[in-house]
Formats: sequence, structure tokens, C-alpha cells
Amino acid sequence: MLTKRIIPCLDIKDGRTVKGVNFVQLRDAGDPVELAKIYSDEGADELVFLDITATVDKRKTLAELVTKVAKAINIPFTVGGGISTVEDVKVLLNAGADKISINSAAVKNPSIINEMALEFGSQCIVVAIDTRNVDGIDFVHTHGGRKPTLLRTQAWAQEVCERGAGEILLTSMDHDGTKAGFANEITAEISSMLSIPVIASGGAGNMEHFKDVFTFGKADAALAASIFHFKEIPIPELKGYLGEVDIAIRK
Amino acid sequence: MQVAVIKYNAGNVQSVLYALERLGVEAVLTDDLEIISKADRVIFPGQGEASTAMRYLKEKQLDQLIPNLKQPFFGVCLGQQLLCEYSEENDTACLGVFPVKVKKFIPENSFDFKVPHVGWNNLTELKTPLLKGLSDESFVYYVHSFYCELSDYTIATTNYVLDFAGLMHKDNFYAMQAHPEKSGLVGERILRNFLSL
Repeated sequence: MLTKRIIPCLDIKDGRTVKGVNFVQLRDAGDPVELAKIYSDEGADELVFLDITATVDKRKTLAELVTKVAKAINIPFTVGGGISTVEDVKVLLNAGADKISINSAAVKNPSIINEMALEFGSQCIVVAIDTRNVDGIDFVHTHGGRKPTLLRTQAWAQEVCERGAGEILLTSMDHDGTKAGFANEITAEISSMLSIPVIASGGAGNMEHFKDVFTFGKADAALAASIFHFKEIPIPELKGYLGEVDIAIRK
Repeated sequence: MQVAVIKYNAGNVQSVLYALERLGVEAVLTDDLEIISKADRVIFPGQGEASTAMRYLKEKQLDQLIPNLKQPFFGVCLGQQLLCEYSEENDTACLGVFPVKVKKFIPENSFDFKVPHVGWNNLTELKTPLLKGLSDESFVYYVHSFYCELSDYTIATTNYVLDFAGLMHKDNFYAMQAHPEKSGLVGERILRNFLSL
């Protein structure tokens, strides 16, 4: 049986792991390679690395980090942050990333999704969507959730799927950092609408939130950062709990 | 021991090399017919599209070499599919080692079964020394839209939409749809078992 995935997310700045509370304040949570190895050994199903300050000259540093991670761990991982060209993707995949994720670049130039999917296959192209509810309507936001766009989240999710995205990483900016639970409603809406997997992100605060996002939220995977980094929820405990409440999980 | 990893236009072969490195094995990534022929073990990894991959194998005459190899041979992911006789992916004639067809997942309900099949799924009905030491609850990591049909050569089954061949075996040829290099300790065990066949 295909299991639901638990995905710790490591935000990377200058080669170190950080996690922003609502993406603004940053706290240092350690060495990414070491942390990746710990998560992998603890039973994380996959990892996501987001380079939150990725700039052109930092690209080489990121590729080096990706190689170190690929050598150290035996589970799949995705790399995102500042990726905008086919060449960017090629560098990271060759360095050992299994998938890449794009966000703002796809909003700016949607056809890049088609180009990347054609060149490398949909299976390694994750489109990250940051959404925020404004007066009852869900709008896509870019630049770490700071910049609103006129795109409706549901329509954009449909479009990226049609353009060849292999997965959607859906972050609710309203829930991110609140620890009050995932945005189950919009996650379920998008997951039911699409034929590709949806990774829910933003709002994880306790173990029940994971159960809720897999049941009510119909998510295929759930991503969280600080609660894992600061050991508020140890992954083995979380998986034990999910197994007990009949969520299909890898033991 | 000399391990050759076949180099062709497929994605993410680097991960296979890293996985072997973690097991203490220095493998050589090559499309050289002579090096491949002489290797003690051959791994045929892959991720990509069947017809493009077959075209490349033909250019390099690897399509002639591979079916005639005698040493333990391990096809992974697209590598497994290419060892079959035919793939529905762009109507492609493959290498024909396994008299098996590769088909596309066509779920009746796309919410229950999304395609590609992405994530961790378990192997059941495990057979042969390749899967020594593993239980029916062994999870491996899958990313694929096409699958190999069940046959007499199936040595482990996975269920997604339907039962399909998670692993296959015939003579010196072994094949696996999931990615052993990304399947945690289970994947490492399978790779180790392959190296010690």
C-alpha cells in the first residue's frame, strides 16, 4: 500500500539550516548534512531543502551542499529556492538532487514548467505554491509569501499540473508558523482536483494535525520544519501515532 | 570486485554511484562495451523515457550487448522496463530479456490513484536470494507511471491500482521498479544482496 509521506523541510541560508517564523525571523538549527542524516535515520520519507537566500553567486555553494547530502543519505530529496532556468535544474540534478522545486519563477514565466518537465521528466519537477486567503479568496503569493499576485490558487494549481508539474508543494501562508494545524480545506480541494500528489505545508503543531491533513486534507505528504528541528515532535513517535490511527505509513 | 554502472541518457545515475560508495564499492560509470562485458556486476539504472533511452542504447550498440551478458545484471526503474520486450511508453520495442509487457497505470479514479505512483510502497511475495533478509513489510521508494506486468519471472509484487512486478528475475538478470539507491536500509540490503550473488 502506498504510504503517506512525512517530509522535514530544511531552510538553508549560507549553507546552514534556519527556520523562519512566518518567514521573517530566522533561527539557526544546525548543519544541514548532519540534520539530513538524522532525519533519514529516524524514518523521514523524504527531505526538502529550500535555499531561502539563493542568488546567482550562491548557486555553486548550493550544488556543493546537494552533493554532500546525496552522498550522505539514502532517501529522496528535493531542492528549491531561486531556481529559474533549465540550466539551474540541470546543475542541481547532476549534483544529486532527486527533484527540484520552483515557485516565483513559474509564476513569472509559466512555460518554464513545460520546458523543465520535457527536459528532465515531470517526476522531478515540483511546483511550490504559496497561498494566502484574502477576503475569502485564495491567491498565489510569491517571494516567500510576501508578494501577492492576481492568480487564484485553485486555477494556478490546475495550470501547473497541465503544464507538467510532477507534484505540488502547497504552503498556506495563513497557517505557516502558527502551529494551529494545516490548511486542510484548500489542501483537500486542490488534492481532489488534481491527478498529481499534493504535499501540504504550513501550520503543523502537533501529531493530530498530521492525521487531519492526511484524512480531511487528503494530502499525499505533509511537510514541516521547526517542530522537527527543535524536536517538538520526534519522527518515530509521529509515525507510531499515525500507524495507530490507521494512516498508511512506512515503518 | 568490478562493478559497472551503465551510462546512458538517463537521469540521476549519480545517486546509484553514491549508494554503492556508501556500501564501500567503487563503481565505474561507463558505456564502454568492453568494460561492461568484463565487469563482475552490471547495474543498469534509469529514470527517463523509454523510446529515447532505447535509441541511445542502439547508438552505442548496448542493445546487442546487454541481453547477452552472463554476469549478475541489475536493471533499476526504467532499467527494469527496458529489459522487457515492449513498453507502451511511446510504443517502444525494448531489449526482450523478460517476455513481459510494460503498461501505463490507468486508474479509474484519479483521486484514489494518482499517476505517477510516487512514494513508499511495500513488497510482498518475496523470492530469490536478491531479497534475502527482507520481510513482506519492506518498503521501497517508487516514482513511475508505467509498470511491468506480473509473470513467472516476478519475484516480488507491489500493489498500486493493481498488482505489478516490483522485482523480476530470469537467469543472471534481476530487475527492480523502485529505486534501491533511495530506499533506505531496505534498498541498501537489496544492493548488498545483489553484489554478493
